[in-house]
Amino acid sequence: MGKRAAAIVGQTEWEPKREWDVPMFSMEASAQLASEVIADAGFEKGEIDGLVMNPIAESPMFGPSALAEYLGIQSNFNEVVDLGGSTPAGMVWRAAAAIEVGACESVLVLCPAVPPPRPTAQGKAKRGRARLTAYLGGDSWGSPQGQFEIPSGLVAATPSFAMIASRYREQYDVQPETLAKVAVEQRFNANAHPTAIFRDKPITIDDVLTSRMIADPIRLLELVMPCFGGGALLLTTAERAKRSPHRPVFVSGHGEHLTHKSVTYMPDMLDTPTRKAADRAFKMAGVSRGAIDIASIYDCFTITVLLTIEDAGFCKKGQGGAFIEEHDLRFNGDWPLNTHGGQLGMGQAGLAGGLSHITEAVLQLQNRAGKRQVKNANLAYVNGTGGMMAEQVALILEGA
Amino acid sequence: MAKLASDGRPLPQPTPVTQAFFDAAQDQRLILPHCPREGYFFYPRSHCPCCLKRDWEWKPASGRGTVYAFTVDRMGHDPNLVNWVPYVVAAIELEEGPRMTANIVGCAPEDVRVGMPVEATYENVDDVTIIQFRLV
Repeated sequence: MGKRAAAIVGQTEWEPKREWDVPMFSMEASAQLASEVIADAGFEKGEIDGLVMNPIAESPMFGPSALAEYLGIQSNFNEVVDLGGSTPAGMVWRAAAAIEVGACESVLVLCPAVPPPRPTAQGKAKRGRARLTAYLGGDSWGSPQGQFEIPSGLVAATPSFAMIASRYREQYDVQPETLAKVAVEQRFNANAHPTAIFRDKPITIDDVLTSRMIADPIRLLELVMPCFGGGALLLTTAERAKRSPHRPVFVSGHGEHLTHKSVTYMPDMLDTPTRKAADRAFKMAGVSRGAIDIASIYDCFTITVLLTIEDAGFCKKGQGGAFIEEHDLRFNGDWPLNTHGGQLGMGQAGLAGGLSHITEAVLQLQNRAGKRQVKNANLAYVNGTGGMMAEQVALILEGA
Repeated sequence: MAKLASDGRPLPQPTPVTQAFFDAAQDQRLILPHCPREGYFFYPRSHCPCCLKRDWEWKPASGRGTVYAFTVDRMGHDPNLVNWVPYVVAAIELEEGPRMTANIVGCAPEDVRVGMPVEATYENVDDVTIIQFRLV
């Protein structure tokens, strides 16, 4: 069932780190990631004829031509995607769709997230920790956010998701322990991942509930750790995928939906764009929610996971808390969720944070997930969330 | 780049289309764009976001609303606001229908609940007036 025109055949993922020892430009990181992902797929570089990227600082305009030239690729499909945390998921379906319509054959999805070196004249690059800027560009001249949100302190991401959580708790009375369970069970998964930022530190529900309040009702251990890192995927036609050394992973369904930028203008804070994105993806793939073996759900905060479980249709609205309580979300549980630890456990390596959910689904479907391997994993639901519960992308991935 | 007040907090920079909103705030009035077909909307913008026509007009609003959602920022996500913590950031559902982002002031942050009635209050910061809300 569903689309079987394009498949993911290669992946590479760098260990997320708080500090990055060797600063690199995005194009340098892209070259290294491309080299690794082409090798993983068993492809030749000359076969690549498509590039999907995020805007890069070294070439704010003409990004794809700068990258094609730098990598020495003769490219038939060139795309810049700007969807916040859902960018990697948005990249995957755009690559698959381009392959399906015959625009190109083999596409690199590149997600570098590393700090650049400083100009030589300014001396050795100062090592700093990964962090997000508060305004995320919203203070540009003419920006509605600069006039109507930033002066009230509605900046960064946590306050926005905290607002959503405040309304959810008012309407559905979910207990803090239930949301904490998401962080704890994902941490259990991270403890089995060799490169997760929190691989060595288990946590308990009590740890979450006694961690510092950041923006009510969100506490420190319900937040992701900002990191540096990077990752890439290689997608190709079903025909070419047959000679890959690993099991091809088809993009059998996809959906994307968007309604707002600022959380204040979300039509209904408890009805996220995921509902329409997931409905489209499941319909396209022709599979039921019950057939899903593993779920990779974008987790910038625990409330994001709860709302996505509901709106992706795994349970009814308002039942997300009960669903989380009834299921064991660990990799060895009955509803394996974010088996890499999610960003809560793995770390959020900038743009590559949203790629980690896709990479983990690919590794599971290819039977390459090591200690975390879920038995007989054939079908994965992957969700990307960007901005303030704004850009949402759903993917159904299926092992060939 | 954000324009900062003398006390360090970020200030809005009005544009030709939004200037009237900030001028009215200086007179302690909350005005909203009103489309003859689709009704009120917020924030002010060149075209009605429902019908994409530009024949909307400013209309006075009651300044009353309810708390749709809120948070208490405990750490100052804006580095320019760390001296103000804890402060309440809320989405206010105005009586006229649209939502707007604002601080809730004049109460302990712990007193705020979703659904509470609020009313507009005005604070002068340098040469700008900020619209905030307080519990009724």
